[in-house]
Amino acid sequence: MNRFSYLRASDVGEVVSALKDAPAAKIIAGGTNLVDLMKYNVERPERLIDITHVEALQEIIEGENGSLRIGALVSNSALAYDARVTERFPLLSSALLAGATPQLRNAATVGGNINQRTRCYYFYDAGTPCNKREPGTGCPAKTGLNRIHAILGQSEACIATHPSDMCVAMAALEAVVHVTGPDGERDIPFADYHRLPGDTPQKDNTLLDGEVVTGITLPASSTQFSANYTYLKLRDRLSYAFALVSVAVALEKEGDTVKRARIALGGVAHKPWRRAEAEALFEGKAADSGLFARVADALIDGARGYEHNAFKIRMAREAIIRALEQASAGTPQSNIDKHIV
Amino acid sequence: MLRNERNFGSPRDRVDGRAKVTGAAQYAAEFNAPDLLHGYVVSSTIAKGRITSIDTQKALDVPGVLKVFTHDNRPATAWFSSSYQDEVAPPGTPFRPLYDEQIYYSGQPIALVVAESFDVARYAASLVEATYEAGAHETDLKLARAAAYVPPKKRQGMKPPASKGDAMAAYAKAPLRIANDYSIANEHHNPMEPHASTVIFEAGGKLTIHDKIQGVMNTQSYVSGVFGLPASDIHVVSPFVGGGFGSGLRPQYQLFLAVMAALDLKRSVRVEMTRDQMFTFTHRPETINTVLLGADKTGRLSALRHQAVAVTSRFEDYQEVVVNWSGILYDAENKQFDYRIAKVDTYTPGDMRAPGAPLGTFAIESAMDELAYAGNIDPLELRLRNYSTRDETTNKEFTSKELRACFQLGAEKFGWSRRSPAPRSMREGRELIGWGMASGCWEAQFSKTSAKAVLTSDGRLEVGTATADIGTGTYTILTQIGADALGLDMEQVTAKLADTTLPKSPVEGGSWTAASAGTAVQMACEALKKTLLQEAQKIEGSPLADAKYEDVVFANGRIAMADDAGRSLDLSDVVRHSGQSEIEEQATAQPDSKVQAQYAAYTHSAVFVEVRVDEQLGLVRIPRIVNAVAAGRIINPKTARSQVTGGTVWGIGMALHEESLTDHNLGRFMNHNLAEYHVPANADIYDIDVIFVPEEDDKVSPIGVKGLGEIGIVATPAAIANAIFHATGKRIRELPITIDKVLREAA
Repeated sequence: MNRFSYLRASDVGEVVSALKDAPAAKIIAGGTNLVDLMKYNVERPERLIDITHVEALQEIIEGENGSLRIGALVSNSALAYDARVTERFPLLSSALLAGATPQLRNAATVGGNINQRTRCYYFYDAGTPCNKREPGTGCPAKTGLNRIHAILGQSEACIATHPSDMCVAMAALEAVVHVTGPDGERDIPFADYHRLPGDTPQKDNTLLDGEVVTGITLPASSTQFSANYTYLKLRDRLSYAFALVSVAVALEKEGDTVKRARIALGGVAHKPWRRAEAEALFEGKAADSGLFARVADALIDGARGYEHNAFKIRMAREAIIRALEQASAGTPQSNIDKHIV
Repeated sequence: MLRNERNFGSPRDRVDGRAKVTGAAQYAAEFNAPDLLHGYVVSSTIAKGRITSIDTQKALDVPGVLKVFTHDNRPATAWFSSSYQDEVAPPGTPFRPLYDEQIYYSGQPIALVVAESFDVARYAASLVEATYEAGAHETDLKLARAAAYVPPKKRQGMKPPASKGDAMAAYAKAPLRIANDYSIANEHHNPMEPHASTVIFEAGGKLTIHDKIQGVMNTQSYVSGVFGLPASDIHVVSPFVGGGFGSGLRPQYQLFLAVMAALDLKRSVRVEMTRDQMFTFTHRPETINTVLLGADKTGRLSALRHQAVAVTSRFEDYQEVVVNWSGILYDAENKQFDYRIAKVDTYTPGDMRAPGAPLGTFAIESAMDELAYAGNIDPLELRLRNYSTRDETTNKEFTSKELRACFQLGAEKFGWSRRSPAPRSMREGRELIGWGMASGCWEAQFSKTSAKAVLTSDGRLEVGTATADIGTGTYTILTQIGADALGLDMEQVTAKLADTTLPKSPVEGGSWTAASAGTAVQMACEALKKTLLQEAQKIEGSPLADAKYEDVVFANGRIAMADDAGRSLDLSDVVRHSGQSEIEEQATAQPDSKVQAQYAAYTHSAVFVEVRVDEQLGLVRIPRIVNAVAAGRIINPKTARSQVTGGTVWGIGMALHEESLTDHNLGRFMNHNLAEYHVPANADIYDIDVIFVPEEDDKVSPIGVKGLGEIGIVATPAAIANAIFHATGKRIRELPITIDKVLREAA
């Protein structure tokens, strides 16, 4: 861990001006990922800007027609157990509770969660090459250990995945990310927030230099998914493990037919994985197993595996089908009983 | 004299439990000293080759850094590699930290940065720059096994079993035949407490060392040998060990580095390993078994061949017992055993909970399960048909063997008789249900151990021996034994452990401590009681003046005539009248060589497992396990149950989760943290039922105890794999059985 200076910011304006003064600064809130990365010498910020005392980012604010604006500092636990969230956006609550451990969820924030970094072994180990950590050094995962790596949207430069559970649900719920920077505020649709690695895997997202995430809005339209949803997470042990594959499904049903479907995958790509054409297969059709399989095939079409992760292609297909069955039947996966129905 | 067993055999809370949960118990890195310095280790990033240069200037420029030790500037230590041997070192040349520029494995310590604070040392360590000339490394057993060899020099205690008959000829003729490979991944111990040494530099250059170690005597003799100090100048005190599992049997490099720095700087120094660095020393060796079984149509074995090949380092021939277990569990007319090791570019593997046993047992008990299906025989019945009644590998009788009772009681508790024999025949909802079982054994060892028993003038008893309590409950059981011997309440007894000023003991390992230290304490207490009676008889007008030792009892803090409680003396009065502040006796427990020549001693277990498998998703859950254990007399059923439960959980980890993933291109373990190195989480553990079957054994140890730190894990992985086969019809012969393997086998 390197030496750094520390600034406690009291409002968003101060955060933005501090970022302007010190471009290599890092924002710290819960610190559940950043502190680890600093211990491993993966992140070496010259300055830490502590935003935990910025009052404006602490709240969940009611919007129109049931939408919620969630401050960047709301903890994962507070969000998961907020009655408005469990009622209107239970998919989000479920995804949050599938992640990490109670201790981590108590400390981790919404803003930190969307900015958390990959769990690729090589990224974390400064004794090895990694294009994401040190651009141009190479990607040993492609010919090394790639069991937990991407099968969709990866590039020659990087096959890392985004590790968040929360973000998979946010993607399906079509949340909007609010950021503030030197040029003022802007909104980023969730699908555009994270990015595929391409030739610049060092960039996880589309946040510009000097910008800070202030909050996320869950849109009113996504409250329609509260009856038919599930977050199904498959992992190597039943708790405290990152997803090999996870599936967030949000359906709006009318009788047996599906009016609207949103499906996002975790653990398979550099960002939560959605495909509009796969979701479109659903709309207006009766939910049945044949349709589920076609949707699954469309969602993972073109998937490519490596020596150790090819199994994730088949696993993803099965998981999508199972998750669609759960959501369609209105029997979401429980995070307490680990038994998958 | 009647044996008082008020505490022996009864469930008792841990005497150190309160200290542990309140933080009062001090671990190696928690001892402090004035002006303590902190060392941080820099680790190599290549697996083989040499350091061409190492630039420490930037680190030295950081304020608060005192020195950076490398192979270029390290102080002189012992010249001969033999001086680096420790009590449990395997044959070979022990690793010598910072010895020269050679790199033997990825993660090897190449520098120690010593600073006034941990944070400064850690930061400065990140500024040390090494350049290397890399050599060609090999870390893959599948390739290295081509050069496997029978270790020319056997590790102490290794007893290769004798072959008999012609196993291959018998196999060729057998109506039922099984031949397969069974492999187990590398695993790292990962005790909750990382390894650490706090070396306190005392006036006159003497050292007090708080080391993460399973035997303080081993630390003392290692430091004495390497640094040329007399043992009397090295006081090792390690009262609490936050889990060892074998990783703390041998002194590790943080000890060497901390002592080196303390002696050089003449200051107290602490070196702690990071969790990542916990993957840079010993580990359970990746092992590939090959088992051939031949049997007649009833399943009676005619041929048994068990071969294994395991990794070791370039510099030491680590060995463990892998293939013997087959020959101990089962009798066959024709047997052949072969154990080889193959060199790879890692640190030397080491003992990890039941070293070798769950690896060989996974192989033989999977193969036996396969034989059961091949012969259409119930797996439990097959084991009874081949039940060994003596240890054919050493040609000795067993001191006791209640494995049959384990089978019977375990099967009853589990409901084995309700099992539907065919694979894939049990299902609930989307999950296939599988019931599997396996048996196992572990050698019940007894090691020479000394102990003391001291009665103070306030009537309190202190018992002590240098062995460690690595979390097993040693403090508690020795307190129980002491209390029973002197007729005191446990609250009046204190157990002292893990201090080189206490009577000698070997390392805490191999499940021998309860029997060995327990017997030594019992003997010391007996000697103390005889002395107390003599002292009591010296008192003028003693009511016990003419009593024989056989005629008195020790109870309620008094010595009394057994047939006349009115004739008694208070123990504290006896001490006071003796003119001494306390009365101490010591005793040494030793194995009975006549018994050892004639008998083989083992603990046994039978494990029954239910798994639920979601075949589409590749997920395995283990809703219940019954582990029935025969381990002689149980001193404390509460701590004993914890031991076996913990071992069973570890067996689940070995079966489903644990694997140190190696990037063979880099020659480096890559999942070096507890987020990516998976052990079972609470959610993975459902019901675990432990049964101790009654087993009287007057030969294994004077107190009838066999020890049970290891037995819990031994048969568990095999039983789980067998249950997965019963559920799915898929035989997975590589541990851990991760989701990808369940899906792969289904394809």
